[in-house]
Amino acid sequence: MNERQIMTSDEVRRAIARIAHEIGERNGGVTEVVLVGIYRRGIPLAKRIAAAIQSIEHKTVPVGALDITLYRDDLEIRGPSTHIQHTNIPGDITGKIVVLVDDVLFTGRTIRAALDALTDLGRPERIQLAVLVDRGHRELPIRADFVGKNVPTASSEDVAVRLNEIDGGDDAVMIMRGAV
Amino acid sequence: MNLPPIAPHNPWMATATRKRRHVLDLDDFAEQEILDVLDAAVSMKEILGRSVPQVPILRGKTMANIFYEESTRTRLSFELAARTLSASVMNMTAKGSSVEKGESLIDTIRTIQALGADIIVMRHGESGAPYLAAQHFKGSIINAGDGRHAHPSQALLDLFTIREHLGQLKDLHVVIAGDVLHSRVARSDIWGMLRCGMRVTLCAPSTLIGDMQMWKASHPGLRISYDLDALLPHTDVLMGLRLQKERMQAGLLPALREYSTYFGISAERLDHLPKHAIVMHPGPMNEGVEIMPEAADSPRSVIETQVTNGVAIRMALLYRLSGETQA
Amino acid sequence: MKTLITNGIIIDPDTRQMGVGSVLVENGSITARFDGQLPADASVRTAPGTTVIDASHKLISPGLIDLHVHLREPGEEHKETIATGTRAAAAGGFTVVACMPNTRPAIDSVATIQHITNAAARANNAEVLPIAAATVGRSGKELSPMRELVEAGAIGFSDDGTPVSDPAVMRNVFEYIKMLGVPYFGHCEDMVLSKGWGMHEGAVSNRLGLPGYPSAAEEVGIARDIALAELTNSRLHVCHVSTAGGVALIRAAKERGVKVSGEACPHHIVLSDRWVLGWLDEQANAENEPGISLNATTRPPYDTSTRVSPPLRSEADAEAVLQGLLDGTLDFVATDHAPHSRVDKEVEYRLAMAGITGIETALASMLMLVNRGQMNLIDLIVKMTDEPAKFLGRGSTALRVGARADITVIDPQMVWTVEAEKLFSKGKNTPLLGQKMRGKAVLTMYKGHITHHE
Repeated sequence: MNERQIMTSDEVRRAIARIAHEIGERNGGVTEVVLVGIYRRGIPLAKRIAAAIQSIEHKTVPVGALDITLYRDDLEIRGPSTHIQHTNIPGDITGKIVVLVDDVLFTGRTIRAALDALTDLGRPERIQLAVLVDRGHRELPIRADFVGKNVPTASSEDVAVRLNEIDGGDDAVMIMRGAV
Repeated sequence: MNLPPIAPHNPWMATATRKRRHVLDLDDFAEQEILDVLDAAVSMKEILGRSVPQVPILRGKTMANIFYEESTRTRLSFELAARTLSASVMNMTAKGSSVEKGESLIDTIRTIQALGADIIVMRHGESGAPYLAAQHFKGSIINAGDGRHAHPSQALLDLFTIREHLGQLKDLHVVIAGDVLHSRVARSDIWGMLRCGMRVTLCAPSTLIGDMQMWKASHPGLRISYDLDALLPHTDVLMGLRLQKERMQAGLLPALREYSTYFGISAERLDHLPKHAIVMHPGPMNEGVEIMPEAADSPRSVIETQVTNGVAIRMALLYRLSGETQA
Repeated sequence: MKTLITNGIIIDPDTRQMGVGSVLVENGSITARFDGQLPADASVRTAPGTTVIDASHKLISPGLIDLHVHLREPGEEHKETIATGTRAAAAGGFTVVACMPNTRPAIDSVATIQHITNAAARANNAEVLPIAAATVGRSGKELSPMRELVEAGAIGFSDDGTPVSDPAVMRNVFEYIKMLGVPYFGHCEDMVLSKGWGMHEGAVSNRLGLPGYPSAAEEVGIARDIALAELTNSRLHVCHVSTAGGVALIRAAKERGVKVSGEACPHHIVLSDRWVLGWLDEQANAENEPGISLNATTRPPYDTSTRVSPPLRSEADAEAVLQGLLDGTLDFVATDHAPHSRVDKEVEYRLAMAGITGIETALASMLMLVNRGQMNLIDLIVKMTDEPAKFLGRGSTALRVGARADITVIDPQMVWTVEAEKLFSKGKNTPLLGQKMRGKAVLTMYKGHITHHE
């Protein structure tokens, strides 16, 4: 297996700062914005974006956590997960602008499940999507509103995002080849 | 603590590489698997609190309730769990069905299978009946109570409720007071509680205890006592079991009064429990017999919470048994 | 037509000797016996019309006798018939069986005895000795016409499957059979104490939540029947003794001179109540070394093939039954072969008919005890030949010139698997299905003709 780094920790930091800016610009401020991180790496990313927004706009944006396990469409293929994480959305999302946050956008199925989950939790005014990496190969008509970096990949490759909060060490994004 | 190994030859339990096939008792659950179910149930309980309490994960799956003994509470609990996970539900009660016309259990199971059930939830008056069903069903069986043998989902919801209220399981002391001999709940509770590192004392008249040698020999955490009052100050969880009036007729007990005097859960007895202790009962209660109304309604009582938690636990079990392989 | 069985190890239960030899069978009797190695050029081998069967490295035993089987005919031919039951007996090495009267109708009339005798003669697989019902219809009330039945061929009486519950009726049975010189075969059980039972009462029944059949329910029955036999000075044979207490009661009664005998079933010695746990038994042996050990973990829990009356008891009881057999408290081995159909067994545990088919596995089960050094081979053969013969008032079964040619050739090393399709009995209800056994009857001869050969 060989791996190639495509983002350094500095690049990750800059990407997050840029996304934070764009969220404010796109929505004319962040008053109605709720960030919802998708378990697992979406959650620390959402928190970092919230911190970046705080330093730019001096406003606190609520951050929630979403587990999409029970909205997946691949139960028959992958079987049940041993662990289901706790979904925790701050307040009512009805009428809000929800920004879903995830690390990698790939087939779009996770986002599809997350959209279903959000619909069950309320009726947001708008739902937007922020991802650190968009690697292509979409299987559903889904696109991200805020992208840290577009990375062309082969479907045989794997993209790994390493975040200090979860993986320890420096942040990094790697492409792994022949992983499987 | 020297717990016995989990039956290593049981082909139906979960292993590192294999999904659990059936839930028939807690005697083939390792501690980690119990904790996994309890953790999943926490997430399931969150769903139940939503304004739209439904998730799509089991869409297209069918759960069949087969109840040879009526039990509205358990049946509805499983039904609500299945519907919350978007599974369809079939209900069959023995009364008025082909069972009354003498159809065998195996034929009934095959019929339910032909109707497309993925999971059968089964309540039966004969101990072991779900094991027979499991041998003839391609899907999964959840034992919702068989004779006096086991009632695993009840035991799991008991553990869930204890952990929810007391924040832990390990080292807590549970006193199970009542008709242990005839109680499927007690049997499953004992397995689950000991497996999770709790201490369990069975407290009942000697005619309602039976031969506990097998468990006592391998479970140092299990004790038997005939003195409820002496136990109270050292009790974290006091659980009452239903005492059926037939036990008196069968000559297993003298008058009800004598039972209530020595083993009944009364308001006065609750005063002798430590402050944090909780009172549980699997239901349905015989108020005035094994538990007094004032005790059942006291702030220590978590009996109603047990009912709510039952749905979350059953959701966790239904999810756990679905799909093809373990992730 | 002559058959010469050559160079096997002949076992003589009367002298307790074993040695290489050969026997010549002619017209249903043994006409010659050659002790020592029979030379390859012996003229007896080549005499005209002689079939030679080589029994080298095999045991030549008198035909085995089983005084407790259920042949189910008349009335329940879907479970077993006299033809299939005796064919199974032959496969198990048996040449004589005594059949219990819990048929439909019960064996309580001369006509039924004649039906059995005729069917047995037609099948011609083994000698079938009818045990007749002690009471009409096994109802425990009126005495059956016992004298007529004995004259028609009944060797004794029993309401097996159930006891004669009313002690006054039981007393009368004992009084009446004294006149006839035959024993009462007691199924000893206090039906009030055992009411609603699922399995042996003990730690396993408590774990599995099955209502128990306490040892005391059997022992109360044995004690009562011993007291009544003692009172009437009549003959009691206690069937399928399964508890340590039951063995002790019989031992004490024998010491007092009561005319009591007892039998041990292989399943009560080599199995125990832990088998009902199946693969849930955390401590169970998971090795099946043929002839040494059985693997109890291959069966699901609550497997109804383990349900038998009296039930599989504790390991301590099994040990006591074996001791009883060894010290003579229990006189002989009997199988209590009790075939049932699938519909009787594929039901909830407690609702399943009680019974284990044992006649084809009995020998291998008992040889396991020999292999383990718990019993010696001669003792085993005596307990399966001469002891039951003596009980019947017959002489030794030893294979001497002039004796009836009932012969069982046993390959003690043959390893075989108990498979439903290969059992001759219609009843496949044995917990031993799938087990590898060591030792088998490879040739059985009844009255000089071969009833089983492999």
